[in-house]
Amino acid sequence: MEETKKEQTTTHKIGIYLWIWGILFVLSFCSYMVDWFQFQGLLRWSLILTFMFLKAGLIMAFFMHLFWERYALVNVLLWPMTAIACFVFLMVAEFKYTLFSRLFYFFIGG
Amino acid sequence: MSDPKIEGYDFKPGFRGLAQDAGSDQTMFKGVHWGKAMMWIFLLSDTFIFSCFLISYMKGRGSTPAEWPNPSEVFALHVGGVSVPLLLIAIMTFVLITSSGTMALAVKYGYERNRKMCGWLILATALGGLTFVGMQAFEWSKLIHEGVRPWTNPFGAPQFGSFFFMITGFHGTHVSIGVIFLSIYAYKTFAGHYDTGKRGWFTTIKGDYVEIEILGLYWHFVDLVWVFIFAFFYLW
Repeated sequence: MEETKKEQTTTHKIGIYLWIWGILFVLSFCSYMVDWFQFQGLLRWSLILTFMFLKAGLIMAFFMHLFWERYALVNVLLWPMTAIACFVFLMVAEFKYTLFSRLFYFFIGG
Repeated sequence: MSDPKIEGYDFKPGFRGLAQDAGSDQTMFKGVHWGKAMMWIFLLSDTFIFSCFLISYMKGRGSTPAEWPNPSEVFALHVGGVSVPLLLIAIMTFVLITSSGTMALAVKYGYERNRKMCGWLILATALGGLTFVGMQAFEWSKLIHEGVRPWTNPFGAPQFGSFFFMITGFHGTHVSIGVIFLSIYAYKTFAGHYDTGKRGWFTTIKGDYVEIEILGLYWHFVDLVWVFIFAFFYLW
């Protein structure tokens, strides 16, 4: 099905792209600083995850225009991500179990 | 960025609109070019591929009793006798974000039918991508030189190499393919194919600036994947 309309599509002001661009730079700099200052433990991974999801969200929402798309498209794209979250959850359980078995049988000696 | 204007169809916002669009006995993605919808579906499947890689990395790293190499030391760069952690990776991240920004602007200028500006910005994006791939090649050769192999490495857990080469290699392939397509589309933009509606090589469909947005979606996705690789592989 070919689009028949050839009129100019509405675009957004350049300012919004420059703002998002700037914020992405700041967020990347912040996540680099996490490594620079060698934060460890809970602080480290919570900061990494926060900056990562903020960056991913900004790119998808504004650079990929999802913020302006209709819900029909947005929901088709975002709901499958819950399957990935489930998979992560399952595999976390799996790697803990594998690590336990390895430590138990290889090092302690079952 | 859709252009929701269809004769005789009343667009509703939000979830009400979702139910209405899905149950309208017509195309579901109203006002979305079919190519754009298809690119999104492709990107969704690509998301699953990269997720599988990163999840298997998580499982591999989590289940090994051996010490995982410290990425901040492995990927350090010596500048003037001082070891700067993750320097090259940080520069690669900034280069990729910059190219993502120029791509977003290229899409905007394309829709405003500013042919020259659009073309130059796509070219700038391609240059950014090329720089990224070049730095990645440098990083790979450095690590290979230091003895990192998919089955062993001098820093710690032997799984490190296989995950590193697989994940960054697959991402680098995406960037390289993106650079090729960016170059082709830069040519097509400068040649005015999207202003005159010249048709593409394997299609009867006339050229339109929406193709730049579709290309842009792919490129932003490449940047998006790097955000996750950067967080999980290099920072974690």
